[in-house]
Amino acid sequence: MDRPDLAPNTRETRVEKLPSVDVVIIGFGWTGSIMAQQMLEAGLNVVAIERGGWRDTPTDFAPTMAPDELRYYWRHEMFQETARETLTFRNNISQTALPMRKWGSFLPGSGVGGAGVHWNGQTFRFLPSDFVAKTHNEERYGPLPTGMTVQDYGVTYDELEPHFDTFEKLCGISGKAGNINGEIVEGGNPFEGWRSSEYPNPPMEMTFTQHRFEEAARGMGLNPFPGPSANMSRAYTNQHGISLAPCTYCGFCEKFGCGNYSKASPQTTIIPVVMRNPNFTLRTNSEVLHINKHPDGTRATGVTYIDADGRTFEQPAEIVIVAAYQLQSTRLMLLSGIGQPYDPRSGEGVVGKNYTYQVMSSINVFYDEEYTNNFVGAGALGMIVDDYNGDNFDHSGLGFIGGAYIGAWTTNARPIESHPVPEGVPEWGSEWKRSVRQNFLKTASISVHGASMAYRQNYLDLDPTYTDHWGRPLMRMTYDFTVNDRRLTNHITPIAEEIARGMGGREVKVNSREGAYDSVPYQTTHNTGGTIMGQNPSESVVNRYLQSWDCHNVFVMGAGAFPQNAGYNPTDTVAALAYFSADAIRNQYLQNPGPMVQA
Amino acid sequence: MRTSKIILAASAGLAAALTIAPASAQNLSFSQVERGRYLATVGNCAGCHTDEVNDGERFAGGREMETPFGSIYTPNITFDNETGLGLWTRDDFYRAMNEGIARDGSHLYPAFPYPYFTLMPRQEIDAIYDYLSSIEPVYSETPEPQFPFPLNIRQAVMGWNLLYFEPQEFVPDPEQSDEWNRGRYLVDGPAHCGACHTDKNFAGADIEDEYLRGGVLEDWLAPNIRGGENGGIAHWSEDDIVAFLEGGRNDHTGVMPRMGEVVVLSTQYMETADLEAIAIYLKTLDDEARDPVEQPSEAIMTAGGGIYFDNCAACHASDGTGVPEIFAPLAGSNKVNAEDPITMLRVILEGTLAVPTNDNPGPIGMPAFDWKLTDQQIADLATFLRASWGNSAPAVSEGEVADLRERLEE
Repeated sequence: MDRPDLAPNTRETRVEKLPSVDVVIIGFGWTGSIMAQQMLEAGLNVVAIERGGWRDTPTDFAPTMAPDELRYYWRHEMFQETARETLTFRNNISQTALPMRKWGSFLPGSGVGGAGVHWNGQTFRFLPSDFVAKTHNEERYGPLPTGMTVQDYGVTYDELEPHFDTFEKLCGISGKAGNINGEIVEGGNPFEGWRSSEYPNPPMEMTFTQHRFEEAARGMGLNPFPGPSANMSRAYTNQHGISLAPCTYCGFCEKFGCGNYSKASPQTTIIPVVMRNPNFTLRTNSEVLHINKHPDGTRATGVTYIDADGRTFEQPAEIVIVAAYQLQSTRLMLLSGIGQPYDPRSGEGVVGKNYTYQVMSSINVFYDEEYTNNFVGAGALGMIVDDYNGDNFDHSGLGFIGGAYIGAWTTNARPIESHPVPEGVPEWGSEWKRSVRQNFLKTASISVHGASMAYRQNYLDLDPTYTDHWGRPLMRMTYDFTVNDRRLTNHITPIAEEIARGMGGREVKVNSREGAYDSVPYQTTHNTGGTIMGQNPSESVVNRYLQSWDCHNVFVMGAGAFPQNAGYNPTDTVAALAYFSADAIRNQYLQNPGPMVQA
Repeated sequence: MRTSKIILAASAGLAAALTIAPASAQNLSFSQVERGRYLATVGNCAGCHTDEVNDGERFAGGREMETPFGSIYTPNITFDNETGLGLWTRDDFYRAMNEGIARDGSHLYPAFPYPYFTLMPRQEIDAIYDYLSSIEPVYSETPEPQFPFPLNIRQAVMGWNLLYFEPQEFVPDPEQSDEWNRGRYLVDGPAHCGACHTDKNFAGADIEDEYLRGGVLEDWLAPNIRGGENGGIAHWSEDDIVAFLEGGRNDHTGVMPRMGEVVVLSTQYMETADLEAIAIYLKTLDDEARDPVEQPSEAIMTAGGGIYFDNCAACHASDGTGVPEIFAPLAGSNKVNAEDPITMLRVILEGTLAVPTNDNPGPIGMPAFDWKLTDQQIADLATFLRASWGNSAPAVSEGEVADLRERLEE
C-alpha cells in the first residue's frame, strides 16, 4: 500500500455509540427528506445521514455560477465520486465485471437533495396497469415468456393516487390533466390513471418544436399533451409555505442545480421545513457502512457510519429508513445481510433481483429555414404522446409487453453538451464545425422513453474482487438489453420517426438503440429493482409498505422497489410510494410495531 | 427536567424577596406573566439581550452592539442575583425602562432604547418585570463597553439626557381612532421602530424631522417606512405591512437579515390586530415630495441597463416588476429610491437572504456580485435602477461603491 490514504483499514476502529433516536434515515434526497418530514410530523425524532455535503440554492446554485457546463456537465460535480466508490459492470455472467471509472450511461447523485437537485423534472405517474404488470399482461396476452420475471407491485394505482397528488402539490407540477375522477379531459393524456384534481400549475409555454410535434402527432391520430413538469410555469407556494419562482427557460436543469427556485427539488420544496424542526438532525459527509441487525434477526438496531474525519459511530434507532439511491440501497441491504441475495442460476433469493433499466432512442429533426432556438429550454418542457406506452395499445402478436412515451422535449442547447448534426457528418474537424454552426439553432429532438421488463439474468450483487474506499465490496451490475427491450424499441422508434418526419424539417436522423447495453454513452439515470416490492417474501425484498420482510423496522425507499421499469421517468412514483409507506408507518406500524403484512 | 428548572427560578426569586421584597414568582398570575411575555416579544428584548452569535442563553445578554461611538455589550436581564436583575425591585426596573437609570444609579447608554420605553405605562413595565423574573436565571457577566473617553464615563449620559431626553408617558391623540393610537404607541413605545428607522444626530439621538424617514446603522439603511403620500412605503397597503411583519414577505419585498431578526423574534408572534394598528398608523404618515433628480446620461443608462438585463432580469424581470412574494420588485422599492443607496449597494455586493419565517420557511437568496461586477459597473447598475420604471434617486458614483466595498471587506 503506497497510498495509505486509500488503505481501507486506516480508519479508527473504535466505534462510538450515540444516543438512540426514533428514526434514522440513510440518504437525504427526495425520499429521505419526504420521510423525514413525515416522521417529524408524527412527533418522532429523526436523524438523517448523508454521505455528501450540504447544498442549498442561495449558497450553492446561485444563478451567477449555477450554469457552469464544465463544472457540472463535464466534471460531474453533482455526482458520486467514482474514485471513492463506483460499481463494476458486465453484460452477462460469463464475463468478468470491471469498475466504471467515469460515469456514462447513468449519473448517481450525491449530497443533500440527491439526484433531486440535478434532475430534469419530468414528473409522470405510472399507469394503473404498470402496478399489476404480471396479472394484467397475463390476463390479456397469456403467460409471460420464460425467463421474464415481471411481478405485480402489491400496491395499486388507486391506493397511490392520493400520494401522487401530495407529491405533485409539493412540487407544483405544471401540466394538464387528462382524466379527472374518471372523466376524460380534453388536452391532457387520455390514457393516464384518474386524478383527484387538476395539476397545481398550468402547462409550461411551448416552443416551436412542441407546436410542430403536436401538429404532426395529431395528424397521425395520436393524443399529444403537455409534459408534466417540475419546472414552474408560474410562481407557486406549496403546502409547506415554500415558494417557487416562474421558470426562466434557461435550459440548465439536468446535471445542474436551479439558481432561480424554478425547479422542484428537496431544497426548494421540503428540506427547509425539515431543517427548522428541533427534532431533526442532519449529519452530512457521513457514510453509512451497514445497517445493524439484532441477534434475533427480526429487526435492525440502527446503523454504523463514518464521518468526514474517519470516526466511526453507531446510531441506534427504532426505525431504519433506507433512502439512498437505488444502487446504493441495494448494496447496503447486501452488505448488511438483510434478505437473501439473489442467485440468477437458481432463481432463488431476492436482494439484487430484477434490476432493470430503460431502452432509450431518439430522432433529430433538422430545419433549413426555421429556428428552433433550443436554448429557450427547460428540463421538462415538452409535448408527449402516450398512445404507445404501457398497455395503451394492443400488443397481440408483437412479442413484447410494455411501451414508451414519445416526447419532444426542449431541454437545452448547452454548447459543450448539445450540438446534434445530421447523418453522415464527420465526428470532428472543419466539416463537423460547419455543420454545428448551420444546425445549432435549427434542430429538434424526439425521444422514445421505453420500459424495461425484468429478466432472470439481469441482477445486482456484490463484486468478488473490487472494493470501495472503506474496503467494502463494490456493487456488481450484470445487465444487457433483452428480447423484450429490442422488440419494444424496434416497434416504437419508427412511430416516433414518422412523427418526426411530419414536423416539416429538411431531414431526420434516427438514433436507434442497437447492440448490447453499453455503459458508456449516457442513456438515463432510471436504474430500478434490486430491493423489489411484492406480495410475498419468496419473490420480493419488501412488502407493499416498503417494509423489509426480514427486519420489520427497516423500510427501503426508491426505485429499487420497482419490480420492473415502466416507460416513464420514475420520480413521481418513487415519491408516491414513499408517502404511502410513511402513511402506513404513521397509522399502523407505530401503534403496533411488527410486520404489516403476514408472510 | 422542566419542573426542576421552574422550581429553581422560583427559589431564586424567593431569596431575593427575603432581602428586598419584590414579587416572588409564585405570586405571579399566569395572565400577568403572559402579558409580560407578549410585551417582551413586541419589544424584542431577546433580540439584543441574547448573544446569538456565540450561542448565548436567551436574555443572558453579552451581544456586541456596534454604535458609531464604539462597541457596547448588552446586559444580562435574567434574574441572576450576581450578574443579572436578581436584586432589582419593580421600582428599579421601572426607573431603568422609564429614565434609563440602573439600580445602582448609573446611567444606561441610550443604545438601550429607554427613550422609547419611557412611553410605556407602569403596569406594562411591571408585567415585563414579572415575566423576566419567571425565567430561569443565568449567570453571565457582561463585558464593559469599548467606548473612548469621555463616553466611557457613564456620567456623560447625564448630559445627553438633558439635551435629548425627557421621561414621558404615551398620550393618546383624541382626534385619532383607537387603532391609530394603539399603532402609534407600539411604534414609538415598545416596538421602538425609530431606533433604526429614524436618522440620528451626531450624538445618536433621534432627529425629530427625520421621524421614520430611514436611518443608517452598521452600513445598513433601515429604509423610510412612512406609509402616507410620498413616504417610502406609500405603495404598500395596510395588508402589505401586516403580511411583511407577520410572515417576512409581501408583494414588494422579503425581509433581509437585519429586519429579519425583528420579524423572526418579534413581529411574527404579535397579534394581528396589533400589526394592523401599526399599519394603520404608518399609512397616515405623509412625507415631503422629493426634489426631482437629474436624469443620468444616456451612456450610463445603456451600460446600467445592459448589466441589469444580463445579471438581474432573470429574477427581477426585465421591467423591474420582480416576482411578488419571491423576488423583490425594484420598481418603487424604498431601498432603491432611498436618498442613501447603501442598502442596495450592499445587497448587490454581498447578496442577501429573505429570512425564513414560520409562514415562509423557504430561504430565498440573492447571490453576491462583488466578485463579478466592478465598482463602476455596480455604480452604473445602481444609477440605472434609481432612474428607471418611475424610480427617482440620485446617481451613484464609483467611489461610493469602492468605499462601501472596502468597509465591508474589513
